[in-house]
Amino acid sequence: MCTVCGCSGATVGDKDHHHGHDDHDHHHHDSGVLDYGAGPAHAHAPGLSQTRMVEIERGILSKNDSYAADNRALFERRGIFAVNLLSSPGAGKTTLLVATLTALAGRWPVGVIEGDQQTSNDAERIRATGAPAVQINTGKGCHLDAHMVGHAMESLPTLDDGVLFIENVGNLVCPAAFDLGEAKRVVLLSLTEGEDKPLKYPDIFAGADLVLITKADLVPHLDVDLGAIDRALARVNPRAETLLVSSRDGAGMAGWLGWLEARRRDALRTLAAQAEARAAALRAAVAE
Amino acid sequence: MHEMALCESLLQAMEEAGRTNRFTRVRRVRLEIGRFAGVEVEALRFGFDVVMRGSLAEGAELVVQEVPGRGWCFGCNDTVPLEHRLDSCPRCGGDRIQPSGGTEMTIKDLEVE
Repeated sequence: MCTVCGCSGATVGDKDHHHGHDDHDHHHHDSGVLDYGAGPAHAHAPGLSQTRMVEIERGILSKNDSYAADNRALFERRGIFAVNLLSSPGAGKTTLLVATLTALAGRWPVGVIEGDQQTSNDAERIRATGAPAVQINTGKGCHLDAHMVGHAMESLPTLDDGVLFIENVGNLVCPAAFDLGEAKRVVLLSLTEGEDKPLKYPDIFAGADLVLITKADLVPHLDVDLGAIDRALARVNPRAETLLVSSRDGAGMAGWLGWLEARRRDALRTLAAQAEARAAALRAAVAE
Repeated sequence: MHEMALCESLLQAMEEAGRTNRFTRVRRVRLEIGRFAGVEVEALRFGFDVVMRGSLAEGAELVVQEVPGRGWCFGCNDTVPLEHRLDSCPRCGGDRIQPSGGTEMTIKDLEVE
């Protein structure tokens, strides 16, 4: 049984098992691909009764947020440091991941969730590095949501005390609104995209913990003003850190890996402190 | 942005509320949408009509109340009103502002039967 939504017996390993519920619908293939493109329309029978008001007072995305909270709890229980990678298509998310996984070379348990509308090309590129990867195909969807990520976790190894990279669908708009349960959000901006991208798509940059300026090896070939990127970013997100990297020649990769290491260390130390406090409370409870 | 996805989430929330509060028809939905929530209200209305077709909220009236923007100014160390996301601080003229209000997307209430 699915621990995320309670859907019966479905895993990614099932052969073309199709299941639908009143609130979600998706297709599990045997190729490690979760497909969200198909599904019947909702059907409801209207009834008749008297008009009344119902106070709801809840976020429109509260369903996604509750799945995200479940994911976050799972990550914390297992000591998994989860990173949500966002950018426009072609900014170099997969290439960065391939370079990152190669550089990490088995240092920590790692897993990758790949989001694309179609194809499992990216997951295959990741698997070629030796890291386990699961591909989510969103079909018509323009972003990953927390429910998809929860399901994808079922098809990855346990990754205890490791790092999970979630490569979102290439899109600078929609993924911004969907919390996946990640610890950190990393937004990539490639040098060829224009210095004012943060001003044009402020939502995605406003939520970033780190902005990676990618394709640094192209600097000599472009008339790009790095200072203008920094100024644009500072307008929409005064707190974000930025790093200039090239997955191609490795420039700046040490800084990126150092950032990952430091943030993971902070996250695991916080979890350790919480566990120690809990252990102390439990010991105190049986001391008398 | 993803107004269709928002409408689908909205429908799910209403269906859940329908099971809890025992109603089968929604006549009117009242939403609060922050100025910086990134929601295009016209696209939301279009998506609403399409997504609600055949559901418990088919033909329901959609009422959208806009919530004004606010930001945390790093210069003033205070919350200030903001007209647009990229505006400078109306008090000190500084540019280092983090939107702190007006990003909500909330379902306030439903008129149901």
